[in-house]
Amino acid sequence: MQKHTKKYFPIFLLPTLVAFIVAFIIPFILGIILSFTKFTTVIDAKWIGLGNYIEAFSNKEFLNALIFTVKFTVVSVITINFFAFLFALLLTRKVKGTNIFRTIFFMPNLIGGIVLGYIWQLIINGVLYKFGVTLTFKPEYGFWGLVILMNWQMIGYMMVIYIAGIQNISKELIEAAKIDGATSFQVLRKLTIPLVMPSITICLFLTLSNSFKLFDQNLALTAGAPSKKTAMLALDIYNTFYGSTGGEGVGQAKAVIFFLIVAIVAFIQLSFTRRKEEEN
Amino acid sequence: MKKEKNHIISFIILLILSILFLAPILIVFINSFKGKFYISEQPFSFPDSTTFVKFENYVAGLEKTGLLTAAFWSFFITVFSVIAIIICTSMTGWFITRVKNQFNSALYYLFAFSMIVPFQMVMYTMTKVANVLKLDNPIGIILIYLGFGSGLSVFMFSGFIKSIPLELEEAAMIDGCNPLQTFFRIVLPVLKPTAVTVAILNTMWIWNDYLLPMLVIGTEYKTIPIAIQYLKSGYGGIDMGAMMSMLVLAIVPIIVFYLFCQKYIIEGVIAGAVKG
Repeated sequence: MQKHTKKYFPIFLLPTLVAFIVAFIIPFILGIILSFTKFTTVIDAKWIGLGNYIEAFSNKEFLNALIFTVKFTVVSVITINFFAFLFALLLTRKVKGTNIFRTIFFMPNLIGGIVLGYIWQLIINGVLYKFGVTLTFKPEYGFWGLVILMNWQMIGYMMVIYIAGIQNISKELIEAAKIDGATSFQVLRKLTIPLVMPSITICLFLTLSNSFKLFDQNLALTAGAPSKKTAMLALDIYNTFYGSTGGEGVGQAKAVIFFLIVAIVAFIQLSFTRRKEEEN
Repeated sequence: MKKEKNHIISFIILLILSILFLAPILIVFINSFKGKFYISEQPFSFPDSTTFVKFENYVAGLEKTGLLTAAFWSFFITVFSVIAIIICTSMTGWFITRVKNQFNSALYYLFAFSMIVPFQMVMYTMTKVANVLKLDNPIGIILIYLGFGSGLSVFMFSGFIKSIPLELEEAAMIDGCNPLQTFFRIVLPVLKPTAVTVAILNTMWIWNDYLLPMLVIGTEYKTIPIAIQYLKSGYGGIDMGAMMSMLVLAIVPIIVFYLFCQKYIIEGVIAGAVKG
């Protein structure tokens, strides 16, 4: 049967493969090569070794973006998961209207990053107006603005994953613990949290990679203002490429560094989940 | 009694939280009916006789952004890209799972690998490749979306196909079905739940995507996010009235779509998160 099927390679495989090569494989390989060259139009690329990488790491804006991104990611991951878990606990208590509440909390997740950015720009500027300043007055404002935006967007998303995890816990187990005299807090600590650990891992890594790679929201909310202090990595790479001419090589080197960080995090996640699966 | 009281407290907390969650959207909606100079300064007040401008902002916004044309392109690109992704990647996923050789398993790992590569890594080079190959138009971009979206989609289809027993397909082939007939008549119907998940994840991504279409086709064709961002970059100061009305128009279709298919959307997103 395999032999027979194999002949159908052009129909089953070719369309996806061609698209994949054009949109991913070639750009990816080309991207790595170009990161070691100086170029403005690809054809004029000249090999300069690690020059772009050295320049990237001595670039103040890049380092600032890296620190800003890491800080933002840490704060977002903690706050989003904390609130999402809390929301999930509230919604698994058989309160009336659970479905409507879930629908409302999840909704912001469907709205695109650009639109989200401008919604929150209006609201945060409206609040700050009373104090005579705007969102781009201090980098801290932009930072917390992004954190609030990200929480609003992602709490509902993580919440539905936590709800699915909590609902998988057998009711008998919790009943038994309660009959044995466990308080609600003990049930939460000794039963609920350990049993939803797989959901927690998924949510931590999802919020981590989404926060780390944030672009649209960053562009719409502050666009890096004041003076690029609130630009995250993705936006800094974009600015290096398209903000001025001559920065393409450095931009591509920054992009490779960005990719390597994301890849390392992904591999840590993979080994995490693999180990979990082996334990079970 | 105590339990009842707890439930009431939980209910009230949830009620307050949902008002907080809905407020940003409602505030934008209210402001879309206020004169553009009253928005930034008093976003939290209702329009009154001096600030109320009826649909003026909507008319101005539509004129400035060409949002209706943008909506058409967003719709066109999203629908056809998602159809292409579903058909092509389900076939690919089935083929590389069922025909076992080194090439196919290498391909599987390549698809999985592409999932972790952030867009910025290939942003510049992909735009160049698209340019050279004349893919910088609303039809060409479908191929780009198929290529860049194939990682997650092939991965999800393959994962599900591994769990389907071979017997059904073997029986169909023995009865004289060729692989194409077997795939479309026997396999594809079984893949429906995964196809729904893949469709939802890709729709959410492509519909809201800003940077890829901006770089590939943005100078000639605008999608909704590009049209909205254009309000800022196109004219020195932002026309806040136009901005508010365009945000409303961008959000409304999403909410309507969500309310009709929310069960599938939430389930699809959970499935995507767990498997991806």
